[in-house]
Amino acid sequence: MIDLTALAEFAPAIWRGLLVTVEICAVSLMLGLVLGLVVALLGRLPFRPLHWLIRGYVEIWRGTPLLLQLFILYYGGPSLGFTPSAYLAGVLGMSLYTGAYLSEIFRGGFDAVPPGQIEAARMLGFTRLKTVRHIEVPQMLKLVVPPTTNQMISIIKESAVLSVITVPELTLTTTRIVSETFNVVEPYLLLGLAYWSITSLVAFASRRVERRLVQA
Amino acid sequence: MDFTAVIAQLPRLVAGAQTTVWLSVAALACGAVLGLVMCAARLSGNIALRAVAAGFVSVFRGLPLLVVLLILFYVPPNFGIETTPITAALLGLTLNTAGYQTEIYRAGFLTLPPGHAEAARMLGFSRLQIARHIFLPQIFRVTIPALTNEAVDVVKSSGLLSVIAVTELLRVSQQIVSSTYRPLETYLVCAVFYFVLSSTVSWTGRALERRMSLKPA
Repeated sequence: MIDLTALAEFAPAIWRGLLVTVEICAVSLMLGLVLGLVVALLGRLPFRPLHWLIRGYVEIWRGTPLLLQLFILYYGGPSLGFTPSAYLAGVLGMSLYTGAYLSEIFRGGFDAVPPGQIEAARMLGFTRLKTVRHIEVPQMLKLVVPPTTNQMISIIKESAVLSVITVPELTLTTTRIVSETFNVVEPYLLLGLAYWSITSLVAFASRRVERRLVQA
Repeated sequence: MDFTAVIAQLPRLVAGAQTTVWLSVAALACGAVLGLVMCAARLSGNIALRAVAAGFVSVFRGLPLLVVLLILFYVPPNFGIETTPITAALLGLTLNTAGYQTEIYRAGFLTLPPGHAEAARMLGFSRLQIARHIFLPQIFRVTIPALTNEAVDVVKSSGLLSVIAVTELLRVSQQIVSSTYRPLETYLVCAVFYFVLSSTVSWTGRALERRMSLKPA
């Protein structure tokens, strides 16, 4: 039922698609981490209009499908004189989407840092900026490891929708093989296996990291 | 920007939103049943049942919904089984949310003090009665926030059904774009629809959470 030679034939192309998926996810995650951290820090400034702006960003980006956000960037952008390549629209869309989720995670992390630590730092003569840099951010980062790795896994899976705006990642590579060779079972089997392996790998690695952090 | 062409198509968008809503509700309900069954299997004393449930959770939480939908839609015809977009859509969404709901219910169950089940057993409750009257109501209360997030996720993920040609909100928007050539305006209006839907779900969830809370308001 399953043709092993077909499996071997398609594996290299699917591997290349997987690498594109990993690359896009890594870049978007990095950008999303920076964006999320900046937004979470800005949200701590005592300036009301900024809070409304941040809430608007977080609620809108978390309340609409990623696929739709990609459509707006990729197909709607040209109406505003912005014509991104599929790849750029993909990275940009995924970063903004991840940033919204991560900023909420970081906000929760900042709130969970015990206030006594901040008071103690101030008593020791730390400036506001030094308190944030040396006390709040490192503590917060340690607290947010589990939700952040969950977010990582979900962004890897969500990246499959990039295929719809023609980014040549894992899913698009596979659907192209299917339409060119009329082999359905083997390519999809490999596709499922590829996603399941990366998400399981990330989940396994994150459990290891979490365990080490708990012990430390 | 010119929204007139899109405004003229509002009734179609509303019809698409209705499809999104009923598919989401149906998938969430079927997913709740399947999720509870899988949760019971995961917590049972039978190793085989536990393994099946763990495999189920691992597969459907580990695969992108889009991939599950593509497989359900394109693979069965290869074996002589006819599929329609709607059945593949409902099945895919249900399996996906069931995977997540299994873990949500399991986490909820683990928060229950073991004394409750023991007390109920002492009072002569059968196992089914314990599940129905002791476990379920309490699990439901503690899992409302997680279930609310899951419901928002399902509404958003249902946009992926457009890829297998289910005429829900996003698919209708694509059709409107192809006749009006106004992608930006159409997709922005579509985003408003999704935003209203997901906000309604999270608002309802929070209201339910307050109502079911044991702490006095």
